Amino acid sequence: MGEVAAVTRLLETRALSKTFDGLEAVRRVDFRLETGEIRAIIGPNGAGKTTLVSMISGRISPTSGRVLFKGKDVTGLRAWDRVALGIVYTFQVTSIFKNLTVYENVALAAQRRLMTGALSRLTRPQRTLAEHVQAALAQVGLPDAGDRHAGSLPYGHQKLLEVAMALALKPELLILDEPTQGLAPEEIAALSRLIRALSRGVTMLLIEHNMAVVLELATKVTVMDKGDILAEGTPSEVEAHPDVQKVYLGL
Amino acid sequence: MSFEGHLFLALLEGTVTGFVLALTALGLSLVFGVMRIVNVAHGEFFMLGAVIAWYFSTMLGGFLLALVAAPLIVGGAAFLADRLVLRRIEYKPESTIVATIGLLYIIQQLVLTVYGPYARPVPAPVYFRLDFPWFGYSGYKLVVAGVSAALLVATWLVVSRTTLGLYMRATQQDREMAQAFGVSVHRVYALVFALGAGLAAIAGALVVPVQQAHYLMGLDALLMSFVVVIIGGLGSLGGTLAAAFLIGVSDGVVSVFFSPTLAKIVATLLVALVLVFRTGGLFGEEGT
Amino acid sequence: MRRTRARAVWALHLAIILLLLGLQFVVPPFHQVMLARIMALAVYAIGYNVLLGYAGLMSLGHAMFFASGMYATGLTILYFGFGAGAAFGLGVLASAGMATALGLVTLRASGVSFLIVTMMFSQAFYLATLYFNEITMGDQGFIISGLLPPLWAGGRELAFSDPAVKYNLALVVFALCLLLSLWLTRSPIGRVLVAVRENEERTRLLGYNPLSYKLLALIVSGSIAGASGSIYTLMFSYVGSSFASILYSIYPLLWTLLGGTGTTLGPLLGTALMTYVVDIASGLTSSYLLLVGATLLILIMWFPAGVMGGIRARWVRWLP
Repeated sequence: MGEVAAVTRLLETRALSKTFDGLEAVRRVDFRLETGEIRAIIGPNGAGKTTLVSMISGRISPTSGRVLFKGKDVTGLRAWDRVALGIVYTFQVTSIFKNLTVYENVALAAQRRLMTGALSRLTRPQRTLAEHVQAALAQVGLPDAGDRHAGSLPYGHQKLLEVAMALALKPELLILDEPTQGLAPEEIAALSRLIRALSRGVTMLLIEHNMAVVLELATKVTVMDKGDILAEGTPSEVEAHPDVQKVYLGL
Repeated sequence: MSFEGHLFLALLEGTVTGFVLALTALGLSLVFGVMRIVNVAHGEFFMLGAVIAWYFSTMLGGFLLALVAAPLIVGGAAFLADRLVLRRIEYKPESTIVATIGLLYIIQQLVLTVYGPYARPVPAPVYFRLDFPWFGYSGYKLVVAGVSAALLVATWLVVSRTTLGLYMRATQQDREMAQAFGVSVHRVYALVFALGAGLAAIAGALVVPVQQAHYLMGLDALLMSFVVVIIGGLGSLGGTLAAAFLIGVSDGVVSVFFSPTLAKIVATLLVALVLVFRTGGLFGEEGT
Repeated sequence: MRRTRARAVWALHLAIILLLLGLQFVVPPFHQVMLARIMALAVYAIGYNVLLGYAGLMSLGHAMFFASGMYATGLTILYFGFGAGAAFGLGVLASAGMATALGLVTLRASGVSFLIVTMMFSQAFYLATLYFNEITMGDQGFIISGLLPPLWAGGRELAFSDPAVKYNLALVVFALCLLLSLWLTRSPIGRVLVAVRENEERTRLLGYNPLSYKLLALIVSGSIAGASGSIYTLMFSYVGSSFASILYSIYPLLWTLLGGTGTTLGPLLGTALMTYVVDIASGLTSSYLLLVGATLLILIMWFPAGVMGGIRARWVRWLP
């Protein structure tokens, strides 16, 4: 992690704040993310992690502060426009289209990248689309699930489907909100391998409670507590940080 | 007649309309508020009340008996409708609307079959005239206003002072919590649906001597109740009353000076815009 | 696999259009007129289904679009002597305009609010047709037969009073709208519409603006409904405010539910079944709308998927 000169800044928040009914969920957070990182955000429940990434993805708008992506101010952009720029969010609770087939789920994401002009919205570029969908499904290890109903997949595979949908959007920044939650140990290991493999092309920002996963995957860790950034550093630095130990004593 | 005469007539008519409207709309509002459903058949309960009042006045022993029988019969029918139809579709918002549209046509067309396509009047049970400087006014209309006011107060007492009222308020606040405290939500729903229908029916019975009973009279009652409930705010007794008088009086004024149709156009557009621009939507929980 | 299925789908729809083309030569005149009416009204249901079946928005105000098409066509013929083609085009444009305006205002609401708001706007429109009765002739309506110059095709005069002309006009509009709806629902846009229906929040985070897709669905839906009203006017020469009443907002809902929400052929089937049933019943009793009520109730309680929905769930999975 030493070659600071080579890295470029992908994402930056400046004094980003969110208040819900007078309650400060995120308080003037300055957060920076460099291209190529696997960044983990950890912290107890209610620390403001999901609120922070929700403001980054555009799901919710901040009370004050700015979000910059590749040096460009995106604070005013809506979620769908940020997706077009390459900021992709996957939900904490799997949010797939359960009544549609796996193919349709991924096709929805893949066609977003193919819809560039008015004409492409009307005609269906069948073959290209199918190739994109198949590639995304193969990447997450579900190459044969296309015709199944998404709702009929086991939970672990639904999580993988979420990742496939995210990949089909060709993200530059992929935000994973608690990707390993509810998974069996062997599924967690497989997902970790997948995240590491994907990180060669995509910058990863993940919220994660499983410390083993964080220590294994993350190149850098941000610790949040009560809406603030408490500490930041490599996994071993953060692990040794006294404040972090205090916050995490209960865990 | 002078301008003041017209204005006074408009205000008077508006006030009487406001009372009847408040009674009808209160029934819809209770169902809206407690059950969180839109009852499109509400106007038909109003119409049924009117038709039953005609039958009782002409064949079965008089108008006063009708005032008691109409809400009981219609409330009973509504109770059954809740048990047999609404509960089965689990009160899902859009299914409920489709189902109550179905009920609307079933009730309306059954009345057409049995009662016929006539507009039939009922003699008013009391006769007296009030003489104003500009015109004489039917005393019965004031009786309608008085009885409506009494019923509004009675309903308010039921909601605020009785155990049923407590259960209703509890269910409205938090359905799961009410259930956890042993309130039978199903029974509360059935009773509220019946109570709402009963209020509409008695309002329908009250206006027969003034308006005549006709099988198509329900649609107007429904639309005006919608207008009142939406403008007055959901499940709010005070809001419903205030809106009923606002709509009643402005309807009276616009009707007298311009045209009844224009009054209704203004009212429907107003309610549509209120619904669109009030954040939170109909039940205060939709939208973002 | 996907490709063969696509061929089967298009073949099925073309076969149904050809079947309707052929039917006119074999059925007796009474049924020819009935079928023409059914096709014209099925267009209305097709339009309704675009919004309900794919975007998942239930409207109780489509009579406004249907009647906009009617009045724009009828009034321009009555007052300005427009020809059939221009009057039809105007009918579609008018309803498209209404749908755009309504969408920009009402799509802020969703679910039940959307339903009530569309009903209220439509009711205001209906009342307006009564209020401006000097122009619209209100409840009584007006007749345009005799005012409309006949169409000319291949040197032959096609009079609108000729049942065969009615039938084929309805068929052309029906075929176009059916294929349009099929194509739209199978296009990338259709896929997004379904996604909006199923999970709006997720769709937003897949990079789509749900509001603009809903607006598009409403405009297409309203325009098709207007085309139906317009062609109906040309065929039956009568325009009256009863076509703007709430019953005409409930009809397409009923037809769509009966045939199968979210199926391309459901609207035709539902319209055909209900039109025949209502026609038979109205010969027997004046209370024939009882059937409308009973059918709605039975469908919503026991068969929410409708006929085609049931067929798709049980036997023919690939039906669009």
